[in-house]
Formats: sequence, structure tokens, C-alpha cells
Amino acid sequence: MIKPLVDVAQDFPILNRRINGHRLVWLDSAATSQKPESVIQTMDRFYHESNANVLRSVHTLADEATTAFTDARVKTAQFIRAGRPEEVIFTRGTTESLNLVARGYGDQAVNSGDEIVLSPMEHHSNIIPWQQLARRTGATLRYVELAQDGTITIDALERVIGPRTRIVALSRISNVLGTINPITEAAAMVHQHGGVMVVDGAQSVPHEATAVRELGADFLAFSGHKMCGPTGIGVLYGRMELLEAMEPVMFGGEMISYVDQETATWAEVPQKFEGGTPNIAGAVGLGAAIDYLAGVGMDAIHEHSRTLGELAFETLKSIPGVAVYGPARPHAAALAFNIDGVHPHDVAQVFDSLGVAIRAGHHCAQPLMHWLGVGSTARASFYLYNGQDDVSVLKEAILETKRFFQR
Amino acid sequence: MNLDELYRETILDHNQTPRNRRDLENPTKTVGLLNPTCGDQIKLDLQLDHGKVTDVGFTGHGCSISMASASMMTEAIKGKPVEEALALARHFKAFLTGTPSPVELGDLEALKGVSQFPSRVKCATLAHNALEKALMESEPDHNR
Repeated sequence: MIKPLVDVAQDFPILNRRINGHRLVWLDSAATSQKPESVIQTMDRFYHESNANVLRSVHTLADEATTAFTDARVKTAQFIRAGRPEEVIFTRGTTESLNLVARGYGDQAVNSGDEIVLSPMEHHSNIIPWQQLARRTGATLRYVELAQDGTITIDALERVIGPRTRIVALSRISNVLGTINPITEAAAMVHQHGGVMVVDGAQSVPHEATAVRELGADFLAFSGHKMCGPTGIGVLYGRMELLEAMEPVMFGGEMISYVDQETATWAEVPQKFEGGTPNIAGAVGLGAAIDYLAGVGMDAIHEHSRTLGELAFETLKSIPGVAVYGPARPHAAALAFNIDGVHPHDVAQVFDSLGVAIRAGHHCAQPLMHWLGVGSTARASFYLYNGQDDVSVLKEAILETKRFFQR
Repeated sequence: MNLDELYRETILDHNQTPRNRRDLENPTKTVGLLNPTCGDQIKLDLQLDHGKVTDVGFTGHGCSISMASASMMTEAIKGKPVEEALALARHFKAFLTGTPSPVELGDLEALKGVSQFPSRVKCATLAHNALEKALMESEPDHNR
């Protein structure tokens, strides 16, 4: 019996809620994770005791707030094994991080005739910034071909990455298919041609130990709210020499060195990219989330997420009239499925009546829906507070949905 | 919350055997609408003649609520003057937010339960938004 990795009742009071007379079963962590008590309390304490703006005043609270904010950057850098804290830029989330790379780095590094390599499984936030970059620069988008089970093979990568490739942008883990993509191999190929590897880590950083340099990531984007942290805080990691050469895209306070009426010079990395008052409490909350995840252990979390993802895959595959997508194994914590003849929205509605929260729709991955040949799917996703019981509940909810609509 | 209040028999029936689910051959008006949050799609064809909706057909894909609502709507507006069809769409949308309708809604009444599910209101209104769009666009010349 696979149990949750943590004391759910104590650490995640929200999961004690009852929805429509049933225990809340949260299977929507790929959209956003729930927040442990320690994160909520740390943010609460920050506002109660230490709230001040950072990096500018000399009073006691400013010192405390600045220290808390700086500590969060250090923790985040250590969590992803960055070379130094300055390589961590705080953003609002993965979307902003990817837009920042596309603008700040892409506009300088990409020219007409160059190629940007993506995959059809990418989230819209890892497609549209590159479409826009291609439009601005005259570059071409190239898509790696997916294998039948939705995985990316080395051969497929070799067919699209070449001398003209300036950027390869791939998710490490798909938010729909649960595939774990060969980033290290893709990075080695694009580096051979002098390009850079951009990794969308929104689904992977919460679920596996991340070491940016071993991964081969020149840039890595991820969000706090999918890894037990608050909404509104995210990270762009970049290799220092790339960040130093990169242009800021948000101008204003705190990102400058010297300003006169006509011109300005920029602050050092990372402040150069963090114009305006940052999300201080958000960063502090992210730091607390990292402490929490590190306390559980990222290797244990990875093992747990995969075990539940693969168990759910097997379980659902054995139900007649249910289609599951992506590979059998390794399969990460997000699992997309459809029930024959029942639209995903109706599936999610029946699930909600049973207290089970899943996502239904295109998951911000319309090109992938086209590739799968469906309009939308239902998606269940697991995290450290889920256990085998929840997979059983998922199965029961599917059977109940079938009974309800096929009466 | 009771699922049966949302998914009335009439809705499941229209979803399983939708009425007027077809393309018209030479429609006077065609409007396509997309619900970007869920990817639901509808194409509504209208045949307008002397200020009347003489024929109507829809195609597309979506949840049972959106498809049943489209099917019910086509039944309700077929043969009706354009003004009445337009009024129906508007009254139906108000009905979903709790305003009683002054006109007969027919089978569409079965969608009453949707008002308790705010996230599903947009499903039920998709076809009606398409109708409104089509008739608003056609209004200046529908009497020709």
C-alpha cells in the first residue's frame, strides 16, 4: 500500500475539507499544488513581523526583509544546484520566465534564418513566446516529431537539431502526457551547434531533484505554486555569462545603476531583471516550500510521483472504454485520459460531485490535443500528499461516471 | 449538490440524439464560436427568409451541456421571427443567472440547474452567443 509521503491531515489542512459530502481528493496538482502549513505560516509571519521593502532602506525591518528575500534566492539556487545565487531571477512564474528569455536573450541571439526547436507537447507558455520571437526575427520554428506513445527519441531530436538551431526549448516533464524528456541529450546536441537549451521545468522541478548543469540547461523556468509555494512567484535560472549578456525587458526602479535625464545603465544580475518591488513574501514562501520539499527529500518525491503515475496508468488502462495517453513507464505524476462518449467537462463534473478535483480541457496544450486527435482530455495529477487510496478513488469515480452517462 | 439537477433527462437525451446537427447547404449566415477556456467549438448555420429563421443547423464538439443547449436552441428558434430568436437567446442567458424568462424556453428550461454551477454557464451559452452574433450581424438586411 503506497501511503502519502507526509502527514496530510496535519501539513495540509485544506485536504481535510469535505466536498459534496466526500473527502476532498486533490488530483489537480499539475495545475497548482496545495500549500503546507509551514509555507502559510512563514508568509504569515513575514507579514506580521518583518514586512518592509527590500534592498533600499536601512531600518531594522528592511534588513530583516532583505535577509529573508536574499536567503530565499540562496535556497532556490541550492535547490536546483545553480553555480551561484545570482543565477536565480525571481519572476511571477514559468510564463514570465520563458517570455523573459525569449525577449531578453532571444532578441539578441536569434536572427533571420535561424531555427528554434520545440516539441508539440509544449505548454502554450513554451510555444507562443517563441512564435513571437520567430515573427520578430524571421527565424523558423521546428517541431521534433513525437513517437507513438508521446515520447521524444534521440533520433527525432537529431533530425531537427542542426547548425541553424539557436534555441531548443523543451519541457522536462509534460503537463499532459507525463513523459520525461531527454533534456541532457537535447542539450548536448544544441551545444554542439553553439545554441542554448531552454528547459520548461514547471512540472519537473516540483517532482524530481534538479541539477541545472547536469541537466544541460542554459535556462530553466519554473513556478513556485506547483511546488508547494505561493502563486505569483517563479524563477528563471540562467547561466551567469548568458544573463550578463542578456538585456533587461522590464525597466524601472531597482534595476538600474545610474540614471540621468537621457540614459540609464543597468544594475548587476539579477537585479537587472527584477525592476520594481519584487514579490517578497512570495519569495519567502518559495523558500519555505523548498525547505519543506527538501525535508521530505526530492528523490523520495520523484519515486512517489512516478509510482502513482504508473499505477494510475495501469489501473485506468485496464478499464474498458477508457483511453489513457503517454507512455506506460516511466510516467510522471500527470495522467491524461478520456472516457468513451463522455466529454471531459462532464467527467470533471461527476468527479466533483464525489469530492475529486481533476482538470478537464486542453491543458494549455492545443497543439498536443491536435496531435492526440482529441479536443480535450481529463487529467489527474498526483503529488506527495496523494497515495494509492487516491488512485482507487480515481478508478471508482471513472466507473461512476460511466454508470451515470451510460444509463 | 445533486448531479441529477444538472443533468436532467432532457439534457442527456439532447446530448445523445442532438436535433438539427447538420450543415445547411446554402446558409444565409454561418457563425463559428470557440470557448477558449475549454476548446469547445460550435458552428451555427442559419437560413433566414423574410425576417424568419426558416432553417437552422449546428455542428461542433463540446460537453453535454453545450451540445444539448445547442440542440434545444435550434428546436426553439426554427420558424421563429428573427426578433423572437434573438430575444430567446437573451432571455435564456439571463435565465441562467437567475432571471425568470418572460418567454417560453421549451426544453431549454431543463438547463435551469446550470445556474448553480458558475463554471458551466459558459458551456450552456455558447450556442446562444453564436446565435446572437449571427443575428446581430444580419439585422441590417434581414428584411430584404
